[in-house]
Amino acid sequence: MTDLPKGPGLSGIADAAVAPKRRRSFQFVWVIPIVAVLVGGWLAVQAILDKGPTITITFKTAEGLEAGKTKIKYKNIDIGEVTALGFTKDLSHVVVTAELKKGAAPHLVEDVRFWIVKPRIAGGQVSGLGTLFSGSYIEFDRGKSSVPRRDFEGLEVAPLVTGDVPGRQFVLQGRDLGSHDTGTPVLFRRIPVGKVASSELNQDGTGVTLKIFVESPYDKFVNPNTRFWDVGGIDITADSSGVKINTESLMSILLGGIAFETPADSPVATQAEENTVFLLFADRALAMKRPDKEVFVFSAIFSESLRGLSAGAPVEFQGIPLGEVQSISAEYDMEGGVFRFPVELALYPDRVGKLFKPGATRARDTGLTQQQFFDHLIERGLRARLKTGNLLTGQMFVALEMVPDADKAKADWTKTPPEMPTAPGGLQQLQHVLASFAKKLDTMPVDKIGVELRQALQAMHKMLQSTDLLVRRLDNELAPKARETLEESRKAMQAAERTLAADAPLQQDAREALRQLGRASQSLRLLADFIERHPEALIQGKKSGGQ
Amino acid sequence: MTAVMTAADAGLMSCHACGLLSRPAAAHDLACVRCGTALHERKPDSISRTWAFLIAACVLYVPANILPVMETGSLFGSQRDTIMSGVVYLWTSGSWPLALIIFIASIMVPGAKLLAMTVLLVSVQRKPGWRPHDLGKLYRIVELVGRWSMVDIYVAAILAALVQFQALATIKAGPGAVAFGAVVVLTMFAAEAFDPRLIWDPVKEERESDD
Repeated sequence: MTDLPKGPGLSGIADAAVAPKRRRSFQFVWVIPIVAVLVGGWLAVQAILDKGPTITITFKTAEGLEAGKTKIKYKNIDIGEVTALGFTKDLSHVVVTAELKKGAAPHLVEDVRFWIVKPRIAGGQVSGLGTLFSGSYIEFDRGKSSVPRRDFEGLEVAPLVTGDVPGRQFVLQGRDLGSHDTGTPVLFRRIPVGKVASSELNQDGTGVTLKIFVESPYDKFVNPNTRFWDVGGIDITADSSGVKINTESLMSILLGGIAFETPADSPVATQAEENTVFLLFADRALAMKRPDKEVFVFSAIFSESLRGLSAGAPVEFQGIPLGEVQSISAEYDMEGGVFRFPVELALYPDRVGKLFKPGATRARDTGLTQQQFFDHLIERGLRARLKTGNLLTGQMFVALEMVPDADKAKADWTKTPPEMPTAPGGLQQLQHVLASFAKKLDTMPVDKIGVELRQALQAMHKMLQSTDLLVRRLDNELAPKARETLEESRKAMQAAERTLAADAPLQQDAREALRQLGRASQSLRLLADFIERHPEALIQGKKSGGQ
Repeated sequence: MTAVMTAADAGLMSCHACGLLSRPAAAHDLACVRCGTALHERKPDSISRTWAFLIAACVLYVPANILPVMETGSLFGSQRDTIMSGVVYLWTSGSWPLALIIFIASIMVPGAKLLAMTVLLVSVQRKPGWRPHDLGKLYRIVELVGRWSMVDIYVAAILAALVQFQALATIKAGPGAVAFGAVVVLTMFAAEAFDPRLIWDPVKEERESDD
């Protein structure tokens, strides 16, 4: 560079100044790509670390779902997003692929549930209204299992009970669904404490199985002795004990419901385990009946009409419900050519318990077998009788009574069920009395009585005639005399009246005499006074001028 | 090609700042006598500096396109948009001219810039004197177009400042916006660091050797 060409036009060009030397061992510009790589690498690592698990959920339809937009939420916080929508191979369902946040991975277990939240109005409640504006989303509910899972089946309907509500689930076995549906309230002393979570028909079609969820703290009131019954709508029963109308809350009239209660006299028990199976009774009365451990079934053949007697009618012993009518059937007796209607009675001796004998609490404690015991009672006159329980509805019940004057009878133990002797009941007994009365009436000698009666009447007629004569004679002979007597007595009375009148002379004289008498007594008193003061006057005589 | 005499040929240097021609008195560590700016015959370490900026821009180009640029939160849910998803949304919703503008300005241009800078660098290093006129045109385009790719960043920045209705709607710039901005700035630095005279230097040598 020292021998640069020096052109004429360049002569005035200044020499460049020499700047002080600067050390430059490292090109700082390379810090920039290093920083960029670090930042980029960090972003990449974070993206990889943040990437949560990808899951698939199967639904029937993808109504309201949108890839890239629909969120997956738990307690209203986004935990993921739908990334793709597709079909199953047979096109029957949609497959929703979703990416969840990183923290969700350990919670994706077997019994996790997903459902699409949409606006829903059912069972007296409104939910998911927010989705009207924000669009549907998929709700997540945690599970309790620990088995991980990535492919799920979505629920079509939102579950009523989510995993975060404390409480317990129980299983009820019922005869039919009644008015229950998922969401039907479960009531305890009319407080809604839970819901019916699901209902399904038993595999064999013999009944329905309901799963109910009782929220904490009410779940502690469910123990193995608890009874559940149906309180759906209005329950009207008319039986031999009258007409009963039973309702729970207004809500349950509209929606139905299940109530439970533990009988007060049941033994103290611990809380029921989760998923304990209970029977669902049709009504409270049925549910709260004592548990009948010992059951004796008897048959009884009544001679009267069974109108008004139905299965379920009570069997009472001296007014205590002791059992119920199980069934009524018909038999035709070929030999006798008559129909017989055996009524099967189920007796629960436990219900009378201590009534049997002092000291012996149970029939078996008396040392007799059941058969002997009943034989003993029947010998003493125990009979089954039909009685009218309610005159209004005509319902009948069976009464077991001690009939002291009953005909000798014995239970027929050879039959199954054994047959108990019966006695005619109320109305029939009345009929019997009337019949025997009629019979007696029939045997009376009515003809003879008639003849005698006529004779008696004739005699009476004669007697009346003679009486008539007597009366006439009295009238003729006695009456004039009596009139005379009366006349005279009246005259005597008149004379007496005249004598006693106020202006009669006798009266005047008597009054004058009395007046004289009064004066005389006055003079006498004066004399007596004088003598008292001057006793000497008796001897000396009255002094003139004294006093 | 006409024979030209460059300042370097004449043993002179021009100041980057004030343009004053001066004669180098020493081999290096020179300064302009008029304004004091350091004098170099060519931009020092031009190629390696350009590479540094280019590599940094290339690295950040990836997160700029993958990460969301804008986070829109509204009553109806929140949404995170990358540049590409915004383009796709605009395209599907019918405003394809807008989609086209954003696509060109925010994806194509930065990409093309990175590519162009790479081509320039590689050709200067590996194939000196290869199609200098085209490369020169390419460099001019890169310089010209550089600032226009900031459109997306402007949109995000303005919206983020304007739309802040808390519960109703909020718009935030996402991490992608930072990366994207960095890409644009770095490519501009790269274009700045590149000395276009390097394209022509070998041409002069060729001409000299032709003589």
